[in-house]
Amino acid sequence: MSGRHLLGVGDLGAEGIGEVLRLAETFEEVGRRPIPRVPALRGKTVVSTFFEESTRTRLSFELAAKRLSADLSTFSSASSSLKKGESLRDTVLTIEAMGVDAFVVRHACAGVPAQVAGWLSGEASVVNAGDGAHEHPTQALLDCYTLVRERRARFGAEPQRPLALAGLHVAIVGDIRHSRVARSCLLAFSALGASVTLVAPPTLLPPALEGWPVEVSHDLDALLPKCDVVYLLRLQNERMEGQFLPSPREYTATYGLTAERARLLGPSALVMHPGPVRRGVELAAEVADGPASLVTSQVASGVAVRMAVLYLLLGSGALVGA
Amino acid sequence: MGKRERALLRPGKFRGRVLVMDAGDVQRAVWRIAHEILERNRGTEGLVLVGLQSGGVWLAKELAKAVAAASGSEAGRAVPVGALDVAYYRDDIGLRPVLPVAATDVPVALDEAVVVLCDDVIFTGRTVRAALNALMDIGRPAAVQLAVMVDRGYRELPVRPDYVGKNLPTRRDEMVDVSSEGVMLGEVVDEVSAGGQS
Repeated sequence: MSGRHLLGVGDLGAEGIGEVLRLAETFEEVGRRPIPRVPALRGKTVVSTFFEESTRTRLSFELAAKRLSADLSTFSSASSSLKKGESLRDTVLTIEAMGVDAFVVRHACAGVPAQVAGWLSGEASVVNAGDGAHEHPTQALLDCYTLVRERRARFGAEPQRPLALAGLHVAIVGDIRHSRVARSCLLAFSALGASVTLVAPPTLLPPALEGWPVEVSHDLDALLPKCDVVYLLRLQNERMEGQFLPSPREYTATYGLTAERARLLGPSALVMHPGPVRRGVELAAEVADGPASLVTSQVASGVAVRMAVLYLLLGSGALVGA
Repeated sequence: MGKRERALLRPGKFRGRVLVMDAGDVQRAVWRIAHEILERNRGTEGLVLVGLQSGGVWLAKELAKAVAAASGSEAGRAVPVGALDVAYYRDDIGLRPVLPVAATDVPVALDEAVVVLCDDVIFTGRTVRAALNALMDIGRPAAVQLAVMVDRGYRELPVRPDYVGKNLPTRRDEMVDVSSEGVMLGEVVDEVSAGGQS
């Protein structure tokens, strides 16, 4: 990792992603020990600042910080001085003044983590834990990690390749337009050598995709037999009504991975979803719980991957002299 | 100290000056240490050899082979071997780049085991301190012993090896390179002058 912050997948590059995946493997081993904690970040302070609700991202970042022996403070916007009218900038600078080494930032607006990084005057790092429709880099990293590990476990060791996902075809299906996960994942997957196709109704695609390393399709059935990985996105409630979709049922009929449609997949194809899964909408329950599904494995990778990110930013000294 | 660690500590290229032990010397030291381990522990019962990443891993494997072969009536009984990476337990995190070489791999439970930590060189003793802390998070061994191929002095912590291949007086700025091929004393030179020499 070259910079002090992790604001997007682009901060890492293929080499940086590879280093995160390599360290995540060592931290996964730590997680299997009777005492799953290492003293690597003793004396460092991590504050989790979530201005938007989250279950898995927040919990796994907090567990990651604790398992690295960092001190952890938790900021909750609902019970903070933001409610009294304090600005976001003043809130951040107040926290910084207390002596913090890393901010883990989640916000409903794109660009807030970059904004926070710009406000800080000291040495603290900022980790983007999801900002609006922009990026969610640690989700993409844990998806890459899960995919590489599961493919190795299922199909045996692959020959050493410069890029871990070279030659794979990944379809990202769903609400691309509003999805930070889709942006981070397509950048990470393609950085590791995969070719990515976005599949969505035209209303749920971004207005422009020029310059993005992707293809676009509206025909999921035609694509499925060629896919090594189908990555489904959550369809949010507020998108189901209004101008984006005629009805949830029509979405499921055309773009949902139903049990019937899942039969079109090849024998070694894998199914991923960042969660929370809306069973029966974008992903049928039988498929989510079936052998091709990596959904729970994705969640299980979260802590190890976030430990790797925090250690690379705060402990490894990879930044010494940079 | 592993190669990677040395490279991080003092970037540059190792240039050997004196061959202190050749491959035969190293092999004979492995055999002697294996017999000492058997004598002290009265057999292989409960024994686990754990090599420190990266320089100690080959030594643990060699010692395991030698111990199994030398244990006579118990011949054929394999001695479990593990590899421990102590990066996350080091006391110089933040002072210099510290990255693990590989995931720790200890295939057996360490509770009530006799663990012999194996490393190529003992120098300050700080790596061994880190290894002891790491071991205690993995299990509660009945005893921990320490085997090294080279003891080069300059201890900064009260740590003493139980089994030593060779005591080697060194200058503090020298480097020792250990492998099954031999032990070489030399120094690290920066890449530019190394390039000029070779």
